[in-house]
Amino acid sequence: MAEEVSRKPYVREMTYRWIFRHPRYLRYMAREFSCLFIGAWTLMMVWGLKQLAEGRASWEAFLEMLRSPWSIAFQCLALGFSLYHTVTWFNLTPKALPVQVGESFLPDAVIAGAHYAVWAVLSLVLLKLAGAY
Amino acid sequence: MSERVVELEVLRYNPETDSEPHFQRYSVACREEWVVLDALNQVKENLDATLSYRWSCHMAVCGSCGMMINGEPKLACKSFLRNYDGVIRVEPLAHFPIERDLVTVIDDFMAKLARVRPYLIPKQEKPVSEGEYRQTPAELNKFKRYSMCINCMLCYAACPEYGLIPRYIGPAAIALAHRYNQDSRDGGRDLRQEEIAATEGAWECSFVGACSEVCPEHVDPAGAIQQVKIKSTVDWYTEHLMPWLKK
Repeated sequence: MAEEVSRKPYVREMTYRWIFRHPRYLRYMAREFSCLFIGAWTLMMVWGLKQLAEGRASWEAFLEMLRSPWSIAFQCLALGFSLYHTVTWFNLTPKALPVQVGESFLPDAVIAGAHYAVWAVLSLVLLKLAGAY
Repeated sequence: MSERVVELEVLRYNPETDSEPHFQRYSVACREEWVVLDALNQVKENLDATLSYRWSCHMAVCGSCGMMINGEPKLACKSFLRNYDGVIRVEPLAHFPIERDLVTVIDDFMAKLARVRPYLIPKQEKPVSEGEYRQTPAELNKFKRYSMCINCMLCYAACPEYGLIPRYIGPAAIALAHRYNQDSRDGGRDLRQEEIAATEGAWECSFVGACSEVCPEHVDPAGAIQQVKIKSTVDWYTEHLMPWLKK
C-alpha cells in the first residue's frame, strides 16, 4: 500500500509587482488612471459653470486661470489621457458587441470604426453648437 | 539535428521538507525543436526524478501543462525552446496554491466550473426516439469560439482580479457559462445567471483583457465576460422598467 503523503499547499502572496509583470498590465493601469484626469477636468468645467453663474468678473478670472501655464500643462495631460482612454476602450468594443450577420461576424474594424464615426459626428455637432465654425 | 544546452530555473517546493519554494537550476541538453515540456521530461528522466509537474497529451489539447514560463502563463507543450534566450524560468501557475513543485491546487477552479453548469440543459427534454437537437451553422458559430476552452487555467494565472479577489468566478468559467447560454438548444440560462451575473461573477472583471491574450485556444474569455455584463444589464432594465416583457 502506498505511503500517505501529507499536504501543505503553499500560498504565494500577491504583491503590487503584478503591474510590472507584463506591459499589458501597465497599459491597463494607464487606462484606469486616465479616469482621474478626465474626472479632474470635468470638475474644473463644473467649477467654470459656477464662476459663470456668479457674474462677469468671476468668469473672467476663471478664464485667466485657464490660461496659466500650470492649467495648460494639466489640460494637455488630461487631453492625452482622455484620448488614450477613448482609443483603448473603442478598440475593445468589438469584444463586447460582436454583431453576427448570417454565419459570420462583422470585422472588428467595422464595430470599432462605427464608434469612431459616431464620436467624430458628435464632436462636430458639439463644435457647431459652440459656434466654432 | 542541432542540440543546445538549455538552462532551466525551476521553482521547487516539497511540502514535506520545505517551508517555502526555491529555485533550482538545471543544465539540460535539448534538441532545437523541443518545447519546454520536453526539457522538463529530460530533467525528470535523466537529471532529477523528484521533479513534479502535470502533463498528458503534449499537443495543446488536454490543458494539463499550464505553467509560468519567464513570468507568462503558457502551455509547456506549446512553448518552443527556440523562442527563448538565456535562462528559462519555470514556475507553477500564478494565483494558485502550490501542491508540489510545478503542480498547483486547482480545487477552487474545479468548484467554480461546476457552479456555472457548463453543460447543455435542454429547454425541453425529449426522448432519443424523437431525434437529435438540430442546429444551423449560424447558431453554432454564435458560441463555437467559447467551446474551444481546454480548462488549462492560463487565464486565471493572467487575471489580476482573480489573484486579488479569489472569490471571483474567473474567466474560463464565465466564458463556458456564456458558451451554453448562447447555445440555441439550451434552456439553463436563468440557473447560470445566478452565478455569473452576481458581483462575484462578471462584475468583478475590470476588463484587463489578459485572459484573452494568454488563451492558447483563442477563446476570448474577456469578450464573453463583457457580453455577459451587457446581457445582464439588459435583464435588469427589462425586469425593472418593462416587467411585462418578462414572463
